[in-house]
Amino acid sequence: MRSVRALAATAALSLLAFSTIALAGEPKQGGILRMYHRDSPANASILEGATYSINVPFMGVFNNLVIYDQHIAQNSPETVRPELAESWSWSGDNKKLTFKLRQGVKWHDGKPFTSADVKCTFDLLMGKSQQKLRQNPRKAWYNEVNDVAPNGDFEVSFDLKRPQPSLLAMLASGYTPIYPCHVSPADMRTHPVGTGPFKFVEFKANESIKLTRNPDYWKKGLPYLDGIEYTIITNRSTAILAFVAGKFDMTFPTHITIPLLKDIKSQAPNAICAVEPTNVSTNIIVNSASPPFDNIDIRRAMAMALDRKAFVDILFEGQADIGGTMLPPPQGIWGMPKDKLETIPGYGPNVNASREEAKKLMQKAGYGPDKHLAVKVSTRNLAEYRDPAVILIDQLKSIYIDGELDVVETANWFPKVARKDYMLGLNLTGNSVDDPDQSFYENYSCGSERNYTNYCNKEIEKLFDVQSQEIEIGKRKQLVWDIDKKLQEDVARPIIFHARAGTCWQPYVKGITIMSNSSYNGFRYEDVWIDK
Amino acid sequence: MFSYLVRRLFLMLVTLFGISIVIFFLLRIVPGNIVDILFAAAGYVDPADKANLEKELGIDQPLIVQYWHWIGGLLRGDFGYSYVSEKPALQEILPRIPITARLAGLALLFSASIGIPLGVISAVKQGTKLDYALRVVSLSGLSLPSFWLGLLILTASVAMFGQMPIFNPNPQTWLEAFATYAVPAAAVGFRSAALTMRITRSSMLEVLRQDYIRTARAKGASDAAVNYHHALKNAILPVITVIGIEAAFLIGGLIVTETVFNIPGVARFLVEAIRWRDYPIVQNLVMFIAVVVVFANFTVDMLYAVFDPRIRYTD
Repeated sequence: MRSVRALAATAALSLLAFSTIALAGEPKQGGILRMYHRDSPANASILEGATYSINVPFMGVFNNLVIYDQHIAQNSPETVRPELAESWSWSGDNKKLTFKLRQGVKWHDGKPFTSADVKCTFDLLMGKSQQKLRQNPRKAWYNEVNDVAPNGDFEVSFDLKRPQPSLLAMLASGYTPIYPCHVSPADMRTHPVGTGPFKFVEFKANESIKLTRNPDYWKKGLPYLDGIEYTIITNRSTAILAFVAGKFDMTFPTHITIPLLKDIKSQAPNAICAVEPTNVSTNIIVNSASPPFDNIDIRRAMAMALDRKAFVDILFEGQADIGGTMLPPPQGIWGMPKDKLETIPGYGPNVNASREEAKKLMQKAGYGPDKHLAVKVSTRNLAEYRDPAVILIDQLKSIYIDGELDVVETANWFPKVARKDYMLGLNLTGNSVDDPDQSFYENYSCGSERNYTNYCNKEIEKLFDVQSQEIEIGKRKQLVWDIDKKLQEDVARPIIFHARAGTCWQPYVKGITIMSNSSYNGFRYEDVWIDK
Repeated sequence: MFSYLVRRLFLMLVTLFGISIVIFFLLRIVPGNIVDILFAAAGYVDPADKANLEKELGIDQPLIVQYWHWIGGLLRGDFGYSYVSEKPALQEILPRIPITARLAGLALLFSASIGIPLGVISAVKQGTKLDYALRVVSLSGLSLPSFWLGLLILTASVAMFGQMPIFNPNPQTWLEAFATYAVPAAAVGFRSAALTMRITRSSMLEVLRQDYIRTARAKGASDAAVNYHHALKNAILPVITVIGIEAAFLIGGLIVTETVFNIPGVARFLVEAIRWRDYPIVQNLVMFIAVVVVFANFTVDMLYAVFDPRIRYTD
């Protein structure tokens, strides 16, 4: 009898324990997610922004036609999911992309969402509408789109000039929310209206951004959170101390440098932290239009003098990636494999041998131990720019180049670069989508506004178009690798490293996934929940 | 006295007019404007888009026209719109003024209430261990940058109490409300207190050697009466001057303190506005600060007469 009772008690306890575990794993409704924000964004309009300072707080206000799966860290063509579109299909010639739209979706102000809103959004982005965006940094993404045409209220087609499979990747980016037709771009900057899981409450510049739960969200039962509050703290030390003290549930995404991560882990050992690539490359921009860098030998020598591992070890304690233009694997989809990368001059494991070759090239150009080349290394007055620039100057000394650091205030950096008022610069290039079209056309095509070095190679530009139209991913990868190799060999914009950064959150915050190949696409937060 | 006041007020207006010109043109000399910065953040420069935005904001017009618009607006009570938030400048500035005013007021109170008594004690106990200890405290106050002290306080709070006294707009308890302002005020006021203490000490030492102090002691006045009634009253003028100057300089310390303690006050807002070249905000805020400083100086002059009856402002 006693054994039966003991068995029953054990069974009851087991059941209780099991149900407790099950309950702990079940998402809970309620709670406000408190996060600090690293700076005060200029406005709330994602379409006009070019910084994830806007995407992070405001992505939850909106929906896209399609979106990268928010719980798969690596964005890829396979992880694109329907959102305001229920499904999509390509025409036989791959020049028409048709979306069937979700019905019954409402904007936060109660008006119905229709295909007209999709058309309005893309007309704004393509510069076709009467109303204009104050800034339109991603207009070039839609260069191959002829027109966006609604077919009734709940279907819309993108007519393309030529096949461009990457279009779907761009539509799935956090940078491509659908805006309502009935709200002006000016109002969207100050009071955004979306269809997303959270409604905009207020944005006090330099103070806070508040979102509240959208009770009429079209995904029933979501979001789990009652709201999200972002407190703007520009001082990183204060922000991190506040997180350690428990004032915040989460740090600003990818805001924690590798050395600071150690501090957090020691002061808040229970915090969960993830380190992921940001898909931001640190690179050298060279003014090849004027001496001395109009000489390809000097440009090549400079690229061959780089000890990339030293940069990674000093700045990231070994936790950053070496690659070409595209983010290297395994997180990057399109980056060159290591064996191919190491065949590029300057990427091999023997840095000393590479520098000896570089010295010969410098001597050929007329420089040597007795005649050094004096250059100004210009960079932006931000730590993530200045620190690698100092290391670069040190490394260039090994090949008779004496660099002098020229620190430029942020406001003057891009105008200076656009004027080509520099010899050598250290720059950071962020990629919002891990996709070759976005990277190649934006940074290397002739005449592109962001092609700061004015690198122009018509042959390689043809290859850009070939890879862009290739439907088969394996074939496209081979093309992309060849292009990337050629870009590095041409010293178009030598890539030094791809950075990584950390994000931390308290253990009771559930459902957070940090994207591993983009810092712009993972902030919908509709199924994040707090287990308190 | 009346004509003196009128003259002072007229001089104040002339000063403010001069300041308005300096602010306006200095701001335009700084390279880059809001449009450059917005487009820098976007990483590209499209001349047509830039020109449109410059036109929209009115910064394509000649400087004289822009200045006239600003001053004319000020006289009509129209402070313009923030380029960044696109809200009325006044709506952005006004809610932040009480926050900074409270912080500055507390910092000055801290400075005076700590600096003056300790300065008196240090002077009266000249050459003793207590005097040396107080001089070390005052020297460290002058040497420690307020941002470092602020961060030290925050780090110590987290390490020792697991709490952090950063700004809370809706404090739940009086302790929280007090911590919101008192801790940063102490951080920013420490330097000022140290300075006040040193000035009080040196001024007191000078006065304590005067004949009338010896006479007061000879007449049997108590130490407290001699020190605080006879000596301090005569030694206070330089201290008032320093506190007045410190009130003007406080804004510099507040910029750092508001940033470290994340206080959404005027000083931090000003720095952000300068960073964005948000001219309407910067111009109006600096004018506001100039008005405060000019009036603080005026108040100090008036206080001279209150504390020293020998001073009379005559025609």
